[in-house]
Amino acid sequence: MFSDFPLWPVPASSGAGNVDALFIFLLLLGGFVSLAIFVMIVMFAVKFRNRPGHQAEQIEGSVPLEVTWSVVPLAIFMVIFVWGAILYFRERTPPREADAVYVVAKQWMWKLEHEQGQKEINELHVPVGRDIKLIMTSQDVIHSFYVPAFRIKQDVLPGRYTTAWFHATRPGVYHLFCAEYCGTSHSGMIGQVVVLEPAQYQAWLSGGITFGSLAANGESLFQQLGCPTCHRFDIQGRGPNLAGIFGQPVQLEDGRTVLADENYIRESILSPNAKIVSGFKPIMPTFQGLVDEDQVTALVAYIKSLSRPPSGAAGPAKPAPGT
Amino acid sequence: MATTAIPVEREHYLNTDYGIRSWLLATDHKRIALLYLVTITLFFFIGGFFALLIRLELLTPAGDLVLADTYNKLFTMHGQVMIFFFLIPSIPAVLGNFLVPMMVGAKDLAFPRINLLSWYLLVGAGVLMLHCIITGGVDSGWTFYTPFSTAFSNTKVIEAGLAIFIAGFSSILTGLNFVVTIHRMRAPGLTWSRLPLFIWAHYATSIIQLLGTPVLAITLLLVVFERAFHLGIFDPTRGGDPLLFQHLFWFYSHPAVYIMILPAMGVVAEIIPCFSRKRIFGYSAVAMSSIAIAVFGFLVWAHHMFVAGISLYSAMIFSILSYLVAVPSAIKVFNWTATMYKGSIHFETPMLYAMGFIGLFTVGGLTGLFLAALGIDVHVTDTYFVIAHFHYIMVGGAVMGYLGGLHFWWPKISGRLYPEWLGKFAALTVFLGFNLTFFPQFILGYLGMPRRYWEYPAEFQVLNVLSTAGSTILAVGYVLPMIYFLWSMRYGKLADDNPWGAAGLEWKTTSPPPTDNFREIPEVSWEAYNYDEIPSPAEVPVGR
Repeated sequence: MFSDFPLWPVPASSGAGNVDALFIFLLLLGGFVSLAIFVMIVMFAVKFRNRPGHQAEQIEGSVPLEVTWSVVPLAIFMVIFVWGAILYFRERTPPREADAVYVVAKQWMWKLEHEQGQKEINELHVPVGRDIKLIMTSQDVIHSFYVPAFRIKQDVLPGRYTTAWFHATRPGVYHLFCAEYCGTSHSGMIGQVVVLEPAQYQAWLSGGITFGSLAANGESLFQQLGCPTCHRFDIQGRGPNLAGIFGQPVQLEDGRTVLADENYIRESILSPNAKIVSGFKPIMPTFQGLVDEDQVTALVAYIKSLSRPPSGAAGPAKPAPGT
Repeated sequence: MATTAIPVEREHYLNTDYGIRSWLLATDHKRIALLYLVTITLFFFIGGFFALLIRLELLTPAGDLVLADTYNKLFTMHGQVMIFFFLIPSIPAVLGNFLVPMMVGAKDLAFPRINLLSWYLLVGAGVLMLHCIITGGVDSGWTFYTPFSTAFSNTKVIEAGLAIFIAGFSSILTGLNFVVTIHRMRAPGLTWSRLPLFIWAHYATSIIQLLGTPVLAITLLLVVFERAFHLGIFDPTRGGDPLLFQHLFWFYSHPAVYIMILPAMGVVAEIIPCFSRKRIFGYSAVAMSSIAIAVFGFLVWAHHMFVAGISLYSAMIFSILSYLVAVPSAIKVFNWTATMYKGSIHFETPMLYAMGFIGLFTVGGLTGLFLAALGIDVHVTDTYFVIAHFHYIMVGGAVMGYLGGLHFWWPKISGRLYPEWLGKFAALTVFLGFNLTFFPQFILGYLGMPRRYWEYPAEFQVLNVLSTAGSTILAVGYVLPMIYFLWSMRYGKLADDNPWGAAGLEWKTTSPPPTDNFREIPEVSWEAYNYDEIPSPAEVPVGR
């Protein structure tokens, strides 16, 4: 029953060791300070205990001491802050060439879809040694994607994409938890991340049922919904040409400039009038209710694939001017 | 146990009038304090009962004691009852109510009837909360996160939200009363720099209550409106923003942590000088750090949201501000410890609680540094690490302070002494039980066990068993004082006016005090904590 009694979580990602290092530093620091306070209290309690003939000595305070024990902690705090902020910056900034996995959370399951089209539920297969970027959204309430072995956690919100990334370093099977309370089966919204050696991963990729790559599905949906009527790749249509826009700044009608990331594309599909591209009219109807989260994901993957160079890893790269 | 002949009874606030009306229509701050004491003790044991059920469920990895939905209601209502109906009123409404007027040398609070009203508001809110609990309960989590609370939960979110909305007004009125009393009703000669640190702490607390609580009220009302009338405020499918809720909620609920801990810091700052027979080390540093905490406490709320989807740079700003608010807390710990240096230390029950407070608050504060570190927070937020951290602050800190304060002022409140050996035994039990309950949770959190889990993977069981074992010890430690306090009201030795030989105006009047507190309003010409001028009491507290 108690065969497995760990006291430290397995580090299985490139970032885990760095998080552990800061944690150990804080443990040493915290341990030292707690011990110092504890020893002082015990020492004073023994040495200055009330006994016959012993009188308290009235001391008003000491400005140099007050300054010391304000400034020294503050300086140490700033070191911790900078260290923690650097880690966070890395955790929050996915490498450009990362492989994307799309995650849709719902009460109470995780749906994961690879760019190549493999779909998984409550299980994520990834190769060791690759950067994996998670692009996540929720169909209902807030969830949180948490893999303790990777030391990553990111809330998954309805109505927008949030992202996280990791670089697995050790093959194995790791817990995937939902870390934001989401109702009845919150504690049942768990799964596993299976980290495979590259060869095994290839075998897994070819073994499963595929549904066509995500971008290819997105393309047929793009045609089906009649998007090319306005968003043309050859001549200027009534809507902006979408080829190559992903990852580029977009000039808006109101003068602002926004980055065309996953959230921007998502918003442009579901609330097209929220941000109007400079030079265009707000004529696009909303697709809210016409497409579900999985379909939005496919559309986003397709539009992303349009900006890949022809030698790109996956998907029917379609640099402008296309068909 | 020499029961000496009872002398002719003096008139005091407890025997001037009898009967239920004299209590329910009381305007005397001391009687209202007792009304609060009874009310929040009831809620403390309700919340504690929920906690025990939670710990029992977590004894085994499988969800086998209660249903998942029941478990979700248990942790929700444990949080709501403990925070809004016990911790927030605890020290201010009981000890603060009893002591603030006496410590400033006033006959009562500035607005005695508003004081009674604030108790009725808490009772009304409490009845609504109890009704909510009995008729089905609520499962939104005490944090009411949207859109779960507004669009998905099938439980009594509106009722719980309104109960807390009403309880908030009780808190606001108490804060208002304290601010006015401290500004306007100090005895002649009692300048700001002569005020006890308990008063400074309550002043800082009152400011947070006045400025923060209305934001909670607005936020809860918006939740109620969205749920009842389907407005789109927080629900993205109706055009709302779920993160807006989190910003508004934590704008109050982070400072609320200081509403709970600042008064406990005030209590400790009274107890340590008394039992060290020494003036406090660094009076103005301790006083000003309370104000600094109240001010900076309003600027750190988004550190609860580092993984919620806020921008990278706003997260960094909230991280650095969180470290700034840690400095005044550190200053307090160092000054309390330094106060013991070269003292003449007595180890009666209140002092044991105060020393326990320093230790547990230090651990709670230091683990706060872990959570404010962005890279660490990503891993440990929403795990048992957070649970352990805030219980070290709120239970190890606030509840230890509350119990220490109750023991310290019990002779003044009741006019009786509790059995000292039992008091020490209970204090030790609480300390050990607390650590056994919550220390394993730090490890569980770093291992990755998420909070609010009804079932959990088997490898977490050993630590959970330790925690549950600790909680039963802790429960004994909490029940004991209730028993011997009640016992002492009838059988305890009569207390002297100043059994500990403490400074402070409240000890210059009789035990229990007369309705008007002082037979003659004192004129103050001394600093607080003038322990060089007060004779040390005998080894045991002085009875009559």
